[in-house]
Amino acid sequence: MAEVPDLGWIESRLVAARPRVVAALLRYFRSLDLAEEAFQEACLRALSKWPENGPPRDAVGWLILVGRNVTLDQVRRHSRFTELPDERVISDDEDVEEDLATRLDESQYRDDILRLLFTCCHPDLPATQQIALALRVVSGLSVLQIARTFLVSERAMEQRIVRAKARIAQAKVAFETPDPKERAERFSAVATMIYLIFNEGYSDSSPGSDRARLCEEGIRLARLLLRLFPSEPEMMGLLALMLLSHSRKRARYAEDGSLILLEKQNRKLWNRAAIAEALAMLDKAILHRRPGPYQIQAAIAALHARATRPEDTDWSGIDQLYAALQHHDPSPVVTLNRAVAISKTQGAQAALVMIEALREPLGGYFYFHGLRGALLKQLGRTSEAEEAFQSAIGLAGTAAEAAHIRDHLDELTAERGASAGTP
Amino acid sequence: MLYTLLCYNDESFTSAWSEEKNASVMSCLGKVHAKYEKEFGPVVRLMPTTAASTYRKSEKVVTDGPYAETKEQLLGFHVIDVDDLEKAIQIVRELSDANPGGAYEIRPIMLFYPNGAAVNDG
Repeated sequence: MAEVPDLGWIESRLVAARPRVVAALLRYFRSLDLAEEAFQEACLRALSKWPENGPPRDAVGWLILVGRNVTLDQVRRHSRFTELPDERVISDDEDVEEDLATRLDESQYRDDILRLLFTCCHPDLPATQQIALALRVVSGLSVLQIARTFLVSERAMEQRIVRAKARIAQAKVAFETPDPKERAERFSAVATMIYLIFNEGYSDSSPGSDRARLCEEGIRLARLLLRLFPSEPEMMGLLALMLLSHSRKRARYAEDGSLILLEKQNRKLWNRAAIAEALAMLDKAILHRRPGPYQIQAAIAALHARATRPEDTDWSGIDQLYAALQHHDPSPVVTLNRAVAISKTQGAQAALVMIEALREPLGGYFYFHGLRGALLKQLGRTSEAEEAFQSAIGLAGTAAEAAHIRDHLDELTAERGASAGTP
Repeated sequence: MLYTLLCYNDESFTSAWSEEKNASVMSCLGKVHAKYEKEFGPVVRLMPTTAASTYRKSEKVVTDGPYAETKEQLLGFHVIDVDDLEKAIQIVRELSDANPGGAYEIRPIMLFYPNGAAVNDG
C-alpha cells in the first residue's frame, strides 16, 4: 500500500525537488519565467494527486514531465511559442513514471543545475540581484520572504527580480553542453554566488533574524552541487567552510543580540555534527592535492574548531594557512585576517605594523578599524584606540557589530576611570 | 534473531530539513528506541553521501561519493534483537511514523561482532 502523505510532507518534498526540476524545465523552455510557471503547475498537480495516489517513486522526474506537458499544452493553446522542443520527448501519458530513468539521466541533470545556478549569477548582474534571483528561482523563497530578508519593500524586491530576469533574457546563456573549461568557469562563479548567499545570512544570523535561513540555503546548494559533481575539491572546501561557520550559530550571539567573539564563545554550544561533517569533507578534499581559497579558509576554520579552548588554538598553523591564502587569492582582507594570527604569535605591535599598509584599501572597512582599535588597546594606546573604535562604529553594518565595538569603548572608559583613580 | 533495519530516503529531502524539523524527527525516533529499549542494539546515523568515498576493487581506485547512485540513499541503520520478523515489522512501522518517507529494509544478520573481535568457532 502506498503511504498517504500529509500536505506539509508534500510541500517539503516539493521544496527539495525544486532546483532540479526548475533546472530541467529551463533547458526545455529556455525561459526562467516559463520554467517557473511550469514548476508551479506541476506542484499544483502534485498537491491534488499525491495525497490520493501516494507520491511517485521519482518525484523529481514526475514533476519535470508533468510541468513540461502541462505548460506545453498551454503554450500551444496560446500559440505564442514558436520553437517547440522535440516532439519525441513529449509524453501525453498520464502515467509518467514509467521509463523515467532512461529519459532523464543523471548527467543531464548535472549541467541543468549548473546552468540554472550560473544563469542566476550571470556576470552582468550585480551581486544583490544575483542573490535575489537565486533565492527566488532556485530556492523558491517568495518575493515577500526575500524582501523581508533584505529589509526592502515587496514591490522594490519584485522590481529587482524582474530587472534581473530581463537582463538575463538579453544576455543569452548558452544552452549547449559546456566544455570542460566553460564548466569550470561556471562552477567557480556558482561557488562564489553560493558563498554570497551564505554570507548574507551569516552577517546577521542573530536569533529572530530572517536572514539565518540563507546560511542553510547556501549549505543546501553546495550539497546539491557536490552530489552532482562529487570530485570538486573547492566545492568540498566551500561546504566545509560554511558548515564550520554555521556550527557556531548558537554561540555567536548573546541573549541581547550582541555579537560574541570567537574567543569568548561557549564552545560547548558549537554544533559537533556539523564540525565532524566539515572535517570529513576537508579530509576528502585534501586528498585531491588541488588546494584553493575555499579549502584553505576551511582549513583555517577547522583549526579553530579543533581547539577545545581558545588558548589551544594553533595560531602558527593559522598564520601559515593565511600565508598560503595570500598566495592563492591575495587581498587586503586576507592580510587583515593574517594580522590577527600574527598578533597571537608575534604580538600586537607586529600585527599593527602589518595592517598600517592596509589603511588605503580598507579605510572604509568596519573590521579594519575594529582590529586596529583592539591592537592599539592591547598596546595601551588608549586615545588612538578610542579613535579607531569610533571609526569602526560609524561603519558597522549591523546593530550587533556596533554593540560589540561599544563594549570595547566601555572597557576603555572603565580602564581610564580606574587609572584616574590611582594616585 | 538479529536484524538490521536499513534506513533509506532521498537525502536531498532530508538534508533540506530545518534544524527544528531534524530535532523533532530525532526526538520521535528516540521515543521508539526508549519503548523498545530491550530490542535495540547499535544505532548509526550516517553523514550525507557527499562525505563518502568509494574504493572500487576492480580499478583499485578511490572515488568521491557513494558506491551506488540511487534515488534514495542509505542514511543509517539500527540493529535489533527480536523473536521474529513480525516483531521487526512492528518496530519498523513505528519508526516509519516517526520518520516519514523512503523505506526501511529489514535484513537478518548473519554474523555480528559488536566489538569487532572475530569469533573463534573452534
